[in-house]
Amino acid sequence: MSTPTTRPRIRRPGRLAAEAAAFLIAAAVAFPLYWMVLSALKPAGEIQSTHARPWTLSPSLDSFRRVFEQQDFGRYFLNSLLVAGTVVLASALIAFLAATAVTRFRFRFRTTLLIMFLVAQMVPVEALTIPLFFLMRDFGQLNSLGSLILPHLAFSLPFAIWMLRGFVKAVPEALEEAAYIDGASRTRFLWQILFPLVFPGLVATSVFSFISTWNDFLFAKSFLISDTSQSTLPMALLVFFKPDENDWGGIMAASTVMTVPVLVFFVLVQRRLVSGLGGAVKD
Amino acid sequence: MTANTTVRKAPVSGAGGGTQARPPRRRPASPVRRSGWTPWLYLLPALVLLGGLLVYPIYQLGLISFLEYTQAQVSGGEPTTFQGFGNYATLFRDSQFWQVLLATVLFAAACVLATLSVGCALAVLLTRIRALPRLALMMAALGAWATPAITGSTVWVFLFDPDFGPVNKVLGLGDFSWTYGRYSAFALVLLEVLWCSFPFVMVTVYAGIRAIPTEVLEAASLDGASQWRIWRSVMAPMLRPILIVVTIQSIIWDFKVFTQIYVMTNGGGIAGQNLVLNVYAYQKAFASSQYSLGSAIGVVMLVILLAVTLVYLRLVRRQGEEL
Repeated sequence: MSTPTTRPRIRRPGRLAAEAAAFLIAAAVAFPLYWMVLSALKPAGEIQSTHARPWTLSPSLDSFRRVFEQQDFGRYFLNSLLVAGTVVLASALIAFLAATAVTRFRFRFRTTLLIMFLVAQMVPVEALTIPLFFLMRDFGQLNSLGSLILPHLAFSLPFAIWMLRGFVKAVPEALEEAAYIDGASRTRFLWQILFPLVFPGLVATSVFSFISTWNDFLFAKSFLISDTSQSTLPMALLVFFKPDENDWGGIMAASTVMTVPVLVFFVLVQRRLVSGLGGAVKD
Repeated sequence: MTANTTVRKAPVSGAGGGTQARPPRRRPASPVRRSGWTPWLYLLPALVLLGGLLVYPIYQLGLISFLEYTQAQVSGGEPTTFQGFGNYATLFRDSQFWQVLLATVLFAAACVLATLSVGCALAVLLTRIRALPRLALMMAALGAWATPAITGSTVWVFLFDPDFGPVNKVLGLGDFSWTYGRYSAFALVLLEVLWCSFPFVMVTVYAGIRAIPTEVLEAASLDGASQWRIWRSVMAPMLRPILIVVTIQSIIWDFKVFTQIYVMTNGGGIAGQNLVLNVYAYQKAFASSQYSLGSAIGVVMLVILLAVTLVYLRLVRRQGEEL
């Protein structure tokens, strides 16, 4: 990233104040996450104490142990990972093909399709829970992970296609013509030239499908009604909520386990994400 | 417009692709890409999925909203009967529906306003500070962004817990329960929504500001423009396309907040005081088995968001963007 290192006009006394403010805001924004991890590590007595202290002198893994033992948490974790992983891979491939179609070809209804993809992003998928519930029931998919994979795959596509368009467009057409002149088939060009070039865009896009799938709560709650062995993390988390007697240590430990994979993913793709957003936003 | 062209260049570097000058794009299709069925072949998997899992359910949603559809029909005990606009009439006569609709609109508006102003202010702040504080703020924001809605909700409820939460301790509120009162509960949810959605606005607007040529900002500042004036008269107009995108995105996200309300207010608050349309539809359908009423609420949401989308498309089109 090429930041102009000298921004001479802005060198004012106000900058120190601005930087102090930035640190303060950063601390405030990070505080909930800090508190989550801290509370997960606190021994039981300290969490339920009315004198909450912002540190702990005797960190323990008891809450984590409780989470993984009492509930079938490891299994839920794998379920969540399986659902999100499948959606990310499948949606990246399908969206790549579709984005190529709408950027590298001119055909009838192309603009109509693009507008449809845009409108599709706006559809409140939550409103579709009811018909999807019946659809999944008719296909015998209730209580199975397929009932989460399929809708999330479909709903992640419009945005992914829309976002990938910029990346596909950025590959010069001259490259394509050169490939054909050199005798490459269309399939070969697609997978051996275009795909690697668009890969950073695919990564940026996959963050969004990963997050929306990983975070899903409504579909899991509605479609996985009776078979708890198919539960995903969000459902498992709610088990720790009990009327008037929340197991906060357990809740915070489970929350930590659920947040960490997303954080890792985010940090890994962070730089591509910013440039990827630049690509999506220009449209 | 300079802003547009610079912003357009951003993805080129992202795609790591060619730096050589692109030949002027030929409007009429070159023979290479006049290829009959190939684009449709590429589009096939996407279209099948979207048709089956998006278009068809929308049709179904509309259909169910015109039928009598309760537990009896679901289990197949009774035939479905056509109700016409009966479900909508029931809904519109229900004062709770109007109350929930109003609450949804106001709550979404407050969230959008808060998210946009905080996000933009911090984006500007990011451009005025050195690398280290910028990294700190960026990292904290990415952390909040990455946090799943459900864990964010649980953590915020815990932070504001009347017995064990640190916030009440620090503010000296004793055992004040945030989720008890209607407005304080909404305020709590709003804070959480703001926390997890301002980073998107901040990062996007910041990327947009960075694409503005420095000379323009320097010129403005040399002419003695204040920071606010620069934002108002230089940055905001140049960032217009980006601002439209983040505004529309925020409206859409905040209008259909579900998880936060559901988890933080325990399914819509005491006596449903914190219901928003999404949660309301869910409760109607899955808690009280009134699937047709739930579907009708879904249709209302769909229509409202479609209207927002149309406004968005008009704005984009007026800028002469090529699709």
